[in-house]
Amino acid sequence: MTTSLQRVLTTLGHQEPDRTPLFLFTTMHGARELGLSIQEYFSRAEHVVEGQMRLLEKYRSDCLYPFFYASLELEAFGGDTLFIENGPPNAGRPIIHRSEDIDQLEPPSVAKAVCLFRVLETIGQLKARVGDTVPIIGVVMSPFSLPVMQMGFDHYIELIYEQPARFSRLMAINEAFCVEWANAQLAAGATAICFFDPVSSTTNIPRDLYLKTGQPSAMRTLKRINGPTATHLASGRGLGIVADIAATGTAVLGVSALEDLALLKDAARNKLTLLGSLNGVEMRRWTADEAEAEVKRAIAKAGRGGGFILADNHGEIPWQVPDDVLLAIRDAVDRWGRYPLNWIA
Amino acid sequence: MSELCEALEALDRPRIEALFQRALATDGPLQVIERLIVPSLKQVGDGWHDGRVALSQVYMSSRICEDMIRRVLPARAPGHGGQARMAIVVLNDYHMLGKRIVYSVLRASGFDLFDYERMDVAEIVDRAEADRLDILLVSVLMLPSALKVPELRSALEARGVHVRIAVGGAPFLFDTNLWREVGADAVGYSASDAVGIVQQWMEEAK
Ligand code: B12
Repeated sequence: MTTSLQRVLTTLGHQEPDRTPLFLFTTMHGARELGLSIQEYFSRAEHVVEGQMRLLEKYRSDCLYPFFYASLELEAFGGDTLFIENGPPNAGRPIIHRSEDIDQLEPPSVAKAVCLFRVLETIGQLKARVGDTVPIIGVVMSPFSLPVMQMGFDHYIELIYEQPARFSRLMAINEAFCVEWANAQLAAGATAICFFDPVSSTTNIPRDLYLKTGQPSAMRTLKRINGPTATHLASGRGLGIVADIAATGTAVLGVSALEDLALLKDAARNKLTLLGSLNGVEMRRWTADEAEAEVKRAIAKAGRGGGFILADNHGEIPWQVPDDVLLAIRDAVDRWGRYPLNWIA
Repeated sequence: MSELCEALEALDRPRIEALFQRALATDGPLQVIERLIVPSLKQVGDGWHDGRVALSQVYMSSRICEDMIRRVLPARAPGHGGQARMAIVVLNDYHMLGKRIVYSVLRASGFDLFDYERMDVAEIVDRAEADRLDILLVSVLMLPSALKVPELRSALEARGVHVRIAVGGAPFLFDTNLWREVGADAVGYSASDAVGIVQQWMEEAK
């Protein structure tokens, strides 16, 4: 029997596996399985391990996803996180109040950042349970996207345009942290690292600016990460920079529901495996038939020849998406994802 | 106008200023806003929604325009001279950039409005009542915040505050039925859509 890891490796090699791999990026749903609040759930590694294992059994996703929430990295820099009952936690106040603060900022040491230990423990325990059968996907924020939480999006955009020296210093700090954090997750047992880099998306900055900022930062960072990486634009657009992203050394690109998956596939063929692009926000109100139609559509556009993993387009399924929809997605992949995809006209 | 759009997308401040001054030499500030600034910002905003223009350009260009307009048309009290009494707010979540851009675009388009920053439902109801609002613009980034709009609507109704609500922000871009589902009166897919919505509502109120 093909394991999830074999299936994923085959598609990453741009070959057709037994069926389309499905990455269901359920994070908060584990809390529901355990009957815990989202805040309680993320307070202990054991909860997340148990939640991830139950979700794996329920949906037979082809990965485990020990991602807690983005603002955990802000906590490592001394910031805090705000929890709500029915959705993902958000970053509290920025830690960089004035751009001058960057001159004094230092990268936190992962070995001393207690808040990150829970993630490493989670990864280690998951690895002990599944070994090499199911890929465990670690997560980092890209050095270029983290500053939105560190200083606020408005001030960050101003920094990029107006203060190149401070911007470079901030990148150096964040790159040092990101590399250490990614490598710690790999050492704990993660199979690959998902590198969340939505600020690089053309939704957020123009391509010419990306080539001078986000791209060189990604190149420097990915080179020092000791394992395979997937770049995720968190549902930002990327069609205009597919080749530029491939040049950073990443193997996978997480793409947006706002762009045509067939065009993305043409641009990425044999360069990058595509990950996506089901619309997670819309998903909360899909019927089973709609879920099936969306899965079929995505596989028809991007499944041929491998190089494709079906997932939501953001890298996190919203709390509001009901089990029925996720199960309908699962069933539809079993029905329509078997290779060869002879049903496609 | 297309010249100004190009300069705005390139964030070429000297050129933007020069085009603005040239227009002011022949027309009054209100005409320049109406004929030049509003259509140019609309083109930039539509470009973002179509994926041709990036957010960083939208943000920086809206600020440049807001600055220029402030110099020739200082801010006045919302509701002056027959304008609708309106406010903008971030409902429940902590992401202020969308609101900031919409505010700048409306100011650069000659409108005055209250800036409520971030509030929860109860705070908004109090302020909306005290300020006798006609129009409330709501910006959110997180889905749970978007799903709070029905609660906001019924709390306003319960207090007898009858305002028209326009919503915007990422969740509404990804689910184009969501604004109706949550009971908003209009949705904007880019910051400059706020101008059209407000203009239309003011027309209808006449
Ligand atoms: C960049 C990005 C990130 C970055 C920075 C995020 C940030 N701002 O803090 C990082 C990587 C850190 C990140 C993290 C997270 N993200 Co994020 N991210 C994005 C992305 C790509 C852009 C977000 C953004 O700030 N855009 C800028 C704002 C200004 O854009 P906007 O809201 O669309 O506003 C424009 C228009 O809509 C309009 N507009 C806005 N308001 C209004 C109001 C009116 C009246 C009108 C007319 C118009 C209007 O004008 C604006 C300018 O044109 C979006 C997806 C996307 N494609 O948009 C996801 C997105 C916002 N993220 C999302 C989530 C969930 C998260 C996390 C909670 C994930 C997690 N579990 O940790 C964290 C939270 C981070 C935090 N701050 O605490 C979700 C939110 C929806 C949901 N599922 O609940 C989104 C929408 C992705 C998705 N498709 O689901 N993210």
